[in-house]
Amino acid sequence: MNDTARERILGRLRKAVGQERTLPAVPPPPETPPLSRDDKIERLNTLMTAMRSEVHLVPRDAWVEKLKAILQEKGLTQMIYAPGTPIGDAVAAAWSEGEGGLPALRPYEQAVESFKEELFAIDAGITGTAGAVAETGALILWPDETEPRLISLVPAVHIAVLDADRIYDTLDEAVEKGGWAEGMPTNALLVSGPSKTADIELVLAFGVHGPKALVVLVLT
Amino acid sequence: MRQYPPKPEKAYFFGTCLVDMAYPKAGMAAIRLMQREGVRVIFPPEQSCCGQPAYNSGFPAEARQVAEKQMEIFDKPYPIVVPSGSCAGMMRHHYPKIFGNSPLRARAEAFSERVFEWSEFLVHVLDIQLEDRGAPMTVTWHSSCHAAREMGVIGDSKALIRKLKNVTLVELENEHQCCGFGGTFSVKQPEISEAMVEDKIEDIQQTGAAALLGGDCGCLMNITGAMAHRRIPITGHHLAEFIWERIHGD
Amino acid sequence: METKDTKRVEKPFDFKANVIKALGNRQLRSNLKFAMGSMTAKRKALFSDTAAFEALRARGNAIRRRALLQLPELLEQLERKCTENGITVHWAETTDAANEIVLGILRDHGATRVVKGKSMVSEEMHLNRFLGDHGIESLETDLGEFIIQLDGETPSHIIVPAIHKNKQEIARTFHEKLPDTPYTEVVEELNAIARKTLRKKFYEGEVGLSGVNMAVAETGTLCLVENEGNGRMCTTVPPVHIAVMGIEKVVEKLSDVPPLLRLLTGSATGQLVTTYVNMITSPRKPGEKDGPREVHLILLDNGRSTILPDEKLRQTLQCIRCGTCLNHCPVYTRIGGHAYGFVYPGPIGKILTPQMEGLDRTSAIPTASTLCNACEEVCPVQIPIPDLIRRLRNESYDPDGSVCGHGVKRNLAETAVWKAWALVNRHRALNAVGTRMAGIFGPMLPRIGPLAEWTRSRNRPEFARKSLHDMAREEGISDE
Ligand code: SF4
Repeated sequence: MNDTARERILGRLRKAVGQERTLPAVPPPPETPPLSRDDKIERLNTLMTAMRSEVHLVPRDAWVEKLKAILQEKGLTQMIYAPGTPIGDAVAAAWSEGEGGLPALRPYEQAVESFKEELFAIDAGITGTAGAVAETGALILWPDETEPRLISLVPAVHIAVLDADRIYDTLDEAVEKGGWAEGMPTNALLVSGPSKTADIELVLAFGVHGPKALVVLVLT
Repeated sequence: MRQYPPKPEKAYFFGTCLVDMAYPKAGMAAIRLMQREGVRVIFPPEQSCCGQPAYNSGFPAEARQVAEKQMEIFDKPYPIVVPSGSCAGMMRHHYPKIFGNSPLRARAEAFSERVFEWSEFLVHVLDIQLEDRGAPMTVTWHSSCHAAREMGVIGDSKALIRKLKNVTLVELENEHQCCGFGGTFSVKQPEISEAMVEDKIEDIQQTGAAALLGGDCGCLMNITGAMAHRRIPITGHHLAEFIWERIHGD
Repeated sequence: METKDTKRVEKPFDFKANVIKALGNRQLRSNLKFAMGSMTAKRKALFSDTAAFEALRARGNAIRRRALLQLPELLEQLERKCTENGITVHWAETTDAANEIVLGILRDHGATRVVKGKSMVSEEMHLNRFLGDHGIESLETDLGEFIIQLDGETPSHIIVPAIHKNKQEIARTFHEKLPDTPYTEVVEELNAIARKTLRKKFYEGEVGLSGVNMAVAETGTLCLVENEGNGRMCTTVPPVHIAVMGIEKVVEKLSDVPPLLRLLTGSATGQLVTTYVNMITSPRKPGEKDGPREVHLILLDNGRSTILPDEKLRQTLQCIRCGTCLNHCPVYTRIGGHAYGFVYPGPIGKILTPQMEGLDRTSAIPTASTLCNACEEVCPVQIPIPDLIRRLRNESYDPDGSVCGHGVKRNLAETAVWKAWALVNRHRALNAVGTRMAGIFGPMLPRIGPLAEWTRSRNRPEFARKSLHDMAREEGISDE
C-alpha cells in the first residue's frame, strides 16, 4: 500500500511541475572580506559569551591545567570522556586518582543500552570539536564511533575543546571547505551555548533539557 | 530608489472615489497646492475609482474593467498624482499584475510608471517650500499601510509636515501598525477592526496631539469615526487640506 | 482496526464566534501584545542591515522555488540517499495514513511510550490524540508544547506554542497537573520542574518522534533546529527515531542549508543561530555507542501536491514555518492562534488552511486581513501573502476556480453588488448620480448591513454635498 501512496504522490507532483521548467538561479552569498584568525576568535568569543557560554582562550600546551582549575571551581563529581580521541586521551593521561576536587573520570566505552543509568547520573562531559563558525558563534560537533553523541547532551556541564585554527568565517565556508556534502556523519551538530528556552512569557532561561553550562576551551 | 522627473508643465490629478465623495475639500487643497507651484493640473471628469475595493474583495475581473477605464482616461504622458497612498499603490504596483499576460499589461506598466502619491510628488518633483501662518500646535501622523509599504512615502509626508514651522510633529509609537480599516475588512470583520482602531486611538492619544493628520481617507474615516464615537476631541485632517489652511493662516 | 477521521474538528468551525471569544479575553490580548512586540523587536535588531537582509531573502526565495520546481526528483533523491544511509522512508498521502505508519512502527517494537519534539506536521496529524486512543503515551517535551499538552490545548503559535499563557496560568497548570509540585511563578523554577519531569521521560522513552525543518536531498540529511535540547534528546536517546515531514521541506543541496538557517532562526526568534542545529544522516552505525538503531522518515503529502500545480498558489509551499508573519500580523496579534480554528494560524494559515481544508469550510479565514502587507515585508522567503489572500478571496466566489471548495460564496448578493460597482465606475453619469445620492441620502441610510457593522464603534461617514468632481468643474480646473 505504501508503494502506491508513493507512486500517487510522485505522480501528482510530476504532473504539477510539468516537463518544462525554468529554474531560478540562486544568487551567490555576499563577498565578505575574510576575517583574520584573531578576529574570528574574537567574534566567536563575543557571540558565544552572549549566549552564556563560558569561553576561555588558553595556550595549546596549558589547556589541561585550565580544565582542572575550572572543574575544581565547579565542584563536579564525575566527568565522562571518549577514550581514543585526542582530547579524551589527553585528559585521561593527565588525571591522577584523588587529585583534589577533580571529578572522577568515566570513559564512554560501551553501548548506551548497558550504561544509560550511570550516564544519566554523570554531571560533566568533555568532547572535541570539528571547528566552529565565527559569523554566528557556534561550535561544530562531529560525533563518531570513538566520540559518542550523548556526551555533549546528557551531563549538566559540557566542556568542548576547540582548536583556534579551525574556526571558519561562515557556515557556508565550513560546509564547502569541510567537504560536508561528500560525507555527513550520523549526527553533525552546531552548538552555540547551553540549552535554553523562552517559552514562558519569553523570559530567557538556561538549562532546560540539555546542558546547563557550556565551557569552551579555545586552544590558541 | 525611485527616479523622479523634473517639474512638469502639466500633471493629472486622480481624485480617488473616497476623496470625491467624502473629502472633496482635501482634493481641492491638493490641487491648489500643485497649481501654486506652477503646474497646470488636469482633472479628467470621467475618472472614478482605482479599482482597489473590488480587487481586494476578490473580484479581479470587475477591478480590471474599472482599471482599464482609468487607463483610457489618463492616456496622455503626464504624471498622475494621487492624494492617497493606497490608491497610488494600487495603480502603481497592482495594475500591471491584474492584466496578467494580456496585451494590456505593457500599457499598465507604462501607466504605473507615471503614478505618484501626492506628498511624494510635492517633495521630490515640485520641491515645495511652505510658509506656516498658523498658531503653534502639535499633530501626529498616521500613514496608511500601503503608503508606507507599497509606496514608501511615509518620510515624504512627514517631511511636508516638518516644513510647517509652528507645527510640532509627535510620531506614533506604532507608526507601522494598521489602523484596522482594510476596506471591506472593516465591515466583514468589524470586531477585529474595532480592536485595531482602539489601539490606534490609544497610540494617538499618547502623543498629546490636538490633530491627527493622514494621507489616506479610508484610514481617516475609520479613525476619526471611531474617535468621534468615543467623544475624543482630536480632529482628523487630510494632509493637503491641513497644509492649505496653515499657509493661509487658518 | 479503528479508523477514525482524526482530521476533522469536532465542533463546526465558526470563525466569528472564535474571534469574539478571543477579543473578549483581555488577558490574552495583553499577553499577545507584549510577546509580539518583543519578538518583532528582536527580529528587527538582527536584520537591521536592510540591504543584507534583502540579499539573503532573495537567496532563500530562489532556493525554495528551485526545490519546489524539482520536488518529485528531489524527493526521490532524498529517499535514495536516506535508504543508502540506513533510514527507512515511508510515504503518506493523508494524515490518517501517516498516523497508521507511526502506529505500525510502534507496534513492531511493542512500544507504548513516545517522547516528542516540536512538530507542526504532527499537529496536522493530531498524532497525540490518535496515539492516546491506541493506548500509547505520546509526550510533548518542548517546554511550550508540554505546557499546552497538560492543559489539553493545541499550539496557538507555530514557534512559541504557549505564548497565549502567562506565568500565573502556567504555574497553576503545573501545580494542578504535576504530582507534588508546589505553586511557583518563578520562571526558572517552572523550567526546573519541566526539566526534572521530562528527564525521566527521555530516559524511559521507547520511541522518539520529531519534525524536520529541512531535509537535504544531496546527502539525505534531516536538519532540526532548536534551543532546548529536547529535540536532540528525542532523536538520540530512544532506540527508535521517527521523523515526520511535509513533502515540501526538501532542499537540493547542503549548501542551501546555511542561508535558510539564517533566515529561519533570525525570523523566528531573532537569533543568529539556535542553541542546537541537529543534522541527522543515519541511524547508529556499527561501532557507534549511542543514537537510535532505527530511523524512520515519514513523508506526508496531506494536500500539498494539490497546491503545487498553480504557479501562484505554489508559493505557499515556499514557507519555512518561521512564524514571523504571525508576530507581525495585526489580526493575529489581536485574536491569537486558536481563533483560526486549524493548525496554522496567522498569515500563513490564511493562505494554507483554505488550500488544505477546502474553502467550503474556511472561506471566512482569508477575509480576516486588512492586506496591510506587514507579513509580506518580513517573510524570509518572499511569499506574496497578500496577493495569495486576494486570490483565495476570489476563489471563494469563482465557480471556475481551482482551490477545493471554490465558488462557495458565488451566490451571495456581493457578486451582484460588485458587478454593479464595476458598471457605475465605468460610466460617468451613473457614477455622478451615485456620488450625489451618497451626499444627500448618506445621513439617512438605515443602519443595516455594512453600515450597521461600521457604526458599531464608529460614527457614520459623512458624505459631502458637493463632490470633488462638482468642485473641480465649478472652480474651473482644467479637464483638457
Ligand atoms: S509564510 Fe513566510 S513569514 Fe510566514 S511562517 Fe512561512 S516563511 Fe515565515
